[in-house]
Amino acid sequence: MKPPRFDYYDPHSLDEALALLARYGPEAKVLAGGQSLMPLLNMRLVAPAALVDLNRLPDLAYVRVTPAGLALGALARQRQVERAEAVVQGWPLLAAALRYVGYPQIRTRGTVGGSLAHADPAAELPAVMLALEARLVLSSQRGRRTLPAAAFFLAPLTTALAPDELLCEVQLPPLPPRTGHSFQEVSRVWGAFALVGAAALVTLDDAGRCQQARLALTGVGPVPQRASAVEAALAGEPLDAERLRQAAALVEQDLNPESDVHASAAYRRHLARVLAQRTLQAAWRRAQEAQKA
Amino acid sequence: MNPQQQRVVSVIVNGREYTGTVPTRKTLADFLRQDLRLTGTHVGCEHGVCGACTVLLDGQPVRACLLLAVQAHGARLETVEGLAAADGTLHPLQQAFQQCHALQCGFCTPGLLMTLKAFLQENPAPTAEEVREAIAGHLCRCTGYLHIIAAALQAAAQLRGERA
Ligand SMILES: Cc1cc2nc3c(=O)[nH]c(=O)nc-3n(C[C@H](O)[C@H](O)[C@H](O)COP(=O)(O)OP(=O)(O)OC[C@H]3O[C@@H](n4cnc5c(N)ncnc54)[C@H](O)[C@@H]3O)c2cc1C
Ligand code: FES
Ligand code: FES
Repeated sequence: MKPPRFDYYDPHSLDEALALLARYGPEAKVLAGGQSLMPLLNMRLVAPAALVDLNRLPDLAYVRVTPAGLALGALARQRQVERAEAVVQGWPLLAAALRYVGYPQIRTRGTVGGSLAHADPAAELPAVMLALEARLVLSSQRGRRTLPAAAFFLAPLTTALAPDELLCEVQLPPLPPRTGHSFQEVSRVWGAFALVGAAALVTLDDAGRCQQARLALTGVGPVPQRASAVEAALAGEPLDAERLRQAAALVEQDLNPESDVHASAAYRRHLARVLAQRTLQAAWRRAQEAQKA
Repeated sequence: MNPQQQRVVSVIVNGREYTGTVPTRKTLADFLRQDLRLTGTHVGCEHGVCGACTVLLDGQPVRACLLLAVQAHGARLETVEGLAAADGTLHPLQQAFQQCHALQCGFCTPGLLMTLKAFLQENPAPTAEEVREAIAGHLCRCTGYLHIIAAALQAAAQLRGERA
């Protein structure tokens, strides 16, 4: 037997799940897709007293378009989200980035919520949520609160979730018309976590100028980051390849990556600049196509 | 029996129903191998990376090392033991692996076969590039992968009813 001993619960209602979390507090671990938690259990790097398995909760596996945008339930699987027509049409940045998360077999089980709650500093989805300005709905017996993605990620593997809280829903506001997207990353091998990854959105105004650019990066610090200097340099400007290149170079002002076993700080900074430029270019091209259509 | 530590688990594996009593912390891979004696599902890394333990859960490929047996209760599973016909005739994928020399030691093979079975059902006419992406989550230390890609394409052609 590999995982350490724990009390296993598979609640059949949200109330029951929240009651268990209230009872066990930091001694409990939530089990969603298990694609990060089960390796930790198999290697005995964690030993929770209780495991609260969400997989028998009805009605949490939804991908739903609402008047406020897209709503993803806690059990929405990565593979399900990546293939949902509403996501491909309305939030293609998310669908594009999901292809980089592990492998199809991992995404069959892995959830979007689990990736955010895990908060690996090299994970793709947290950066995507910053770019999409997601709102995260957290529930506990004490009540419900909604946080912007930017306030959710606190440190590597650390989020604003209290021990008795569940991430219940991820909400994505609709994107403005004439918006193009791009997600790209550099990793050692296909399917691995990013060394550095970039998510870009470019929105054009009626005249074809940049109305708004958003750029978020992963793998360049303890938490994903928006590149505010780059975004400010592009807002309101007419775009061409040279201007995008110059703006992308500003990404180095926004970031302070550290060296680790996977890459040096200088290499990460280099990748951030290259990926910023490539993703902004690609997003701009798509925005132009959207404008023509 | 403390239901938080031990449970009765019923699953349908390759069309046959099995029931067993398992500790809740036992993985599905170990349940298949140790309790059900279905040792075709291999266990390599036990943290999701190598793909050797891949089985189909309600038709979808998953890592059996990253599921608890108790989570599979009520599910329909397919493992490599279910691929060949009852009379022993190999599945077109198995035939293609044999013909294309897509295995040497065979450790990675059961997982690859299950991934490819689900993949070819979804995408009956893949390109070589799509096959590469489909099998990216499997490590093979023997073949260098090229023969596996060839076998997948040959099996796809045969399953479409074309001569390979
Ligand atoms: C081979 C392999 C390759 C991978 N490659 C990548 C990659 O390239 N990029 C990447 O980002 N990830 C990668 N992963 C991790 C994978 O994406 C996980 O699916 C994801 O990080 C966690 O989602 P999950 O649903 O499986 O969560 P789980 O493993 O079930 O949980 C992860 C953590 O989040 C907590 N949690 C989960 N859901 C909730 C919730 N609703 N509320 C509160 N807490 C919750 C759990 O308690 C746990 O601490 C890889 C994993 C494997 C095995
Ligand atoms: S043993 Fe499950 S992926 Fe390696
Ligand atoms: S045939 Fe030996 S590992 Fe693939």
